[in-house]
Amino acid sequence: MCGAPKQGGSLAGIDLDTQTVIQGQVWHDGAPVAGAYVRLLDATDEFTAEVVTSPEGQFRFFAAPGSWKVRSLAPVGKGERSLSADVGLNETTVVLD
Amino acid sequence: MSRNDVLVTADWAQEHLGDPSLVFVEVDEDTSAYDKGHIEGAVKLDWKTDLQDPLRRDFVDKEQFEKLLSEKGISNDDTVVLYGGNNNWFAAYAYWYFKLYGHDKVLLIDGGRKKWELDSRPLSEDTVSRPATQYQAKDADTSIRAFRDEVIAAIGQKNLVDVRSPDEFAGKLVAPAHLPQEGAQRPGHIPTAVNVPWSKAANEDGTFKSDDELRKLYADAGLDTSKDTIAYCRIGERSSHTWFVLRELLGEPNVKNYDGSWTEYGSLVGVPIEKGA
Repeated sequence: MCGAPKQGGSLAGIDLDTQTVIQGQVWHDGAPVAGAYVRLLDATDEFTAEVVTSPEGQFRFFAAPGSWKVRSLAPVGKGERSLSADVGLNETTVVLD
Repeated sequence: MSRNDVLVTADWAQEHLGDPSLVFVEVDEDTSAYDKGHIEGAVKLDWKTDLQDPLRRDFVDKEQFEKLLSEKGISNDDTVVLYGGNNNWFAAYAYWYFKLYGHDKVLLIDGGRKKWELDSRPLSEDTVSRPATQYQAKDADTSIRAFRDEVIAAIGQKNLVDVRSPDEFAGKLVAPAHLPQEGAQRPGHIPTAVNVPWSKAANEDGTFKSDDELRKLYADAGLDTSKDTIAYCRIGERSSHTWFVLRELLGEPNVKNYDGSWTEYGSLVGVPIEKGA
């Protein structure tokens, strides 16, 4: 339902011909950050979704083609990354500072 | 109701850990969050397995709610202090349940689990058990719950507030973007609804904006406070967050949460739907 699926892991069962997947990792000081809050903002900077990174620092969103911003917040710092997504797999990394 | 009667800060909560008149309750869809660490002494509620009927699409009835709270060791006199993940979506949902079944003293921790974690406040992995009680619920207060026929009748008559993201409102997405985009329902929104995403009522750390900012937000969106209001989202949890803002923080008298929300409305045969911003 509204609960986020487990972050990261296999793409098995996800139809990349129809889904626009935005996924990646959050990094800080050369290492992935577990438990970081990651939100997806639309082209108008409005909140669309938020997840918490996996133990490996991974996050995943199911969006639509277009411009997006991924913003992350954790006790160690914050960071953001803009990207343009297409149907299929779109990967990005957010660095916190 | 006003802010001080219903909302407490993380500082207040931390200072009141162990207070015997309080019961801290974490509400999540993902109970593994609780298991990895929770506020000391907090019991957990799973919004789905504890708060939803296992068979029909409805939430637990009065007897089920009494059984649940009795087993969790919550009594009628306790002050229930709710918090949770997802910027308190599910904690606000549980708050609405507690009010629906007439619990007297309920508080929400501003910012919920997110603010608590971002502040690096202590979390405990200890198992929490409380002695069982004999909880007595009141009959469900439907003055805060909207059903589908009432929602259809409200088109063009009452304030309808769609609290989903703009892309869901416009019909571009059918679910929040942390979920796969699938579902039987048609995308779009209820005609005459205004789109005020729940997130506009919250700061980035999950705390609520000030009363002045909130009043301005809904006034700018065209909410007519002389009319009754119905809030909806996809399954009723984000709209509980907005229901909490309008009724509990701002004290608007007639605000209902439509928990059927888009997963019900968008699947109804023959009802009007609009798309686009």
